Amino acid sequence: MSTFSALTDNRPDWSRIALYATLLAMIAFYLSPLESGLMTSIKTQAGFQQTSPFVPPLPGQFAIEPWIEAFGRLQSGLVNSVLFAIPATILSATIGSITAYGLTNTKWRGQALVLMVLIAGIFIPYQSVLVPLSRFWTIVDLGSLLAVIPPLADRSELIALTITHTAYGIPICTLLFRAHYKSIDSSMIEAARLDGATIATIYYRIILPLSIPMFAVALIYQFTNIWNDLLFAIVLISDNSNDVVTMSLQKLTGSMVSQYNIQMAGAFITALPTLLVYIVFGEQFAEGVAGGGT
Amino acid sequence: MDTNQSPDSDPPTETVSTDGGLPVEATESTESTLQRWRRSELVKSLPFWLPATLLVGLFVYGAIGWNFIISLTDWQGLRRVTYNPAEFDLDNYFEFFGKVAEGGLLGGPQEYWAFRNTFVLLILFTVVALIVGLLLALLVDQKIRFENSFRTVFLLPMSLSFVVTAVFWAWMYNPSSGMINEGLRLVGLGAITQNWISDPQFKLFAVIFALIWQFSGYCMVVYLAGLRAIPTDQYEAAKVDGANTLKMYWRVIIPQLRASTTSAAVVLMVFALKAFDFLFVMFGTQPGRSADILALMMYREAFAGTANWAYASAIATILFVMALGVISPYLYRQYKRGAL
Repeated sequence: MSTFSALTDNRPDWSRIALYATLLAMIAFYLSPLESGLMTSIKTQAGFQQTSPFVPPLPGQFAIEPWIEAFGRLQSGLVNSVLFAIPATILSATIGSITAYGLTNTKWRGQALVLMVLIAGIFIPYQSVLVPLSRFWTIVDLGSLLAVIPPLADRSELIALTITHTAYGIPICTLLFRAHYKSIDSSMIEAARLDGATIATIYYRIILPLSIPMFAVALIYQFTNIWNDLLFAIVLISDNSNDVVTMSLQKLTGSMVSQYNIQMAGAFITALPTLLVYIVFGEQFAEGVAGGGT
Repeated sequence: MDTNQSPDSDPPTETVSTDGGLPVEATESTESTLQRWRRSELVKSLPFWLPATLLVGLFVYGAIGWNFIISLTDWQGLRRVTYNPAEFDLDNYFEFFGKVAEGGLLGGPQEYWAFRNTFVLLILFTVVALIVGLLLALLVDQKIRFENSFRTVFLLPMSLSFVVTAVFWAWMYNPSSGMINEGLRLVGLGAITQNWISDPQFKLFAVIFALIWQFSGYCMVVYLAGLRAIPTDQYEAAKVDGANTLKMYWRVIIPQLRASTTSAAVVLMVFALKAFDFLFVMFGTQPGRSADILALMMYREAFAGTANWAYASAIATILFVMALGVISPYLYRQYKRGAL
């Protein structure tokens, strides 16, 4: 009897096993493009042609050169992406926070309406503003406006890209901060108000310190979005020296059609900043994604 | 009440406890001061939200309006655009829809295919991504170990650029040594290997498959949030009722995820309308009839040499109207529910 019950207790739970097996199969599927890319990126040309993409390189077919070659090609793109993505990220998050505060924790009617107008901006297809956008930045010629400061004039396309990304990033940041600010206990703000604190003081002393977690979410989400974008960059940037990294990668794949090892290394180098941010701040990224969609 | 105190006034915490007389004073003030106070609150909050609203207004609504006006002209090529209201017409729209109406039986114009493919992408991508995301969420929600690691992996593709994922998938789909065909051969299905991204039969579906890979993690996150919001006693009640697991999910759980489904579907559909980067990196500006979509066509008409600015703007307006059709019922309902 006792052995029998012991057996039943230790009986493998088949539904749990099936569950984990399914999950592991899904993991394998979700990681397979990255795994095959990573393995291919460290093989020689002969190596990736002769072996399956998912097996590690055979002895003698290991190569680090694809990474060096790809890095050389993407170097200036990486610098340019850092130059425009970081200011655009900080600007859109900061302005989003201030805007959300002005539309949430102050007392007047019609806030929801202004908010609707802003939020609709999250969902518009960027195609519907591309032609005017390229016209706008031709008319507002930053290059000649900034001619007195040559280093900035050379980078005027990147400045235009920064402003553009900031403008289109504000709606989503506002929405993220607004959800957070609605949950802030209003009695604290009321007390400060009764005490004569101005709107600016309340923002600076009460709201801003409480916004730190949401700043993490907005900054991470925005950085990922802006770094990853290609469409605005290819429309606004025509000077090769201003290419951002997604453009450099796209050009690399076009010029090295059959050198998949270099292409894969290039893809990883391009993705590395967002991958690192995601691995460290996955929770915040998930929150941003859930709050704002794409 | 002194509302005009300077920002460098004393921090509020101390005076609140000592100065109990303030609220009483406030009630003594008349209706009109209250109104004035309210009005000034609006005025004083302006510096916070107005600049951003103006900037977004200019870049979003100004640009959409401008785009529409351009679509009424016949601006093309290198010459400068002239805005003469007397010459405004809807010719570009007639041309577009005329070509769509021609259909695609005997080849047919590119417009028809781009229009059709946009809808195929919109519907197939949205529906399958939602189903896969729901399945992932249900699997992850089974009180599993390493739940965080599983979630992290499923959402990971969302953190990658479409440029990056297109490069990865172009290699995955490589007919001779890509992972997909290699994997099929490995399990003895060598007979069904295909030229996934060059065969017109499979091109669009190959793209949709890869995009589902990238977006299902997002759907999982949305559904998980929805699942976690369902009170546990509802699971218990269903179990007491004797509902078996599948029935319980179908009857009790899934209907409660309607809000999650709606918001995820809106985001997916809007994305499907503007999907550009992935196709552009994989196929360039000429994906052929079988994988062309409106978003790509718009870019091609305007920026890939032909410079059909006005026609591209008309396509862009059509995309905008389609997006509006998806989001306005959603936003209106959110507004009515006070969820904004």
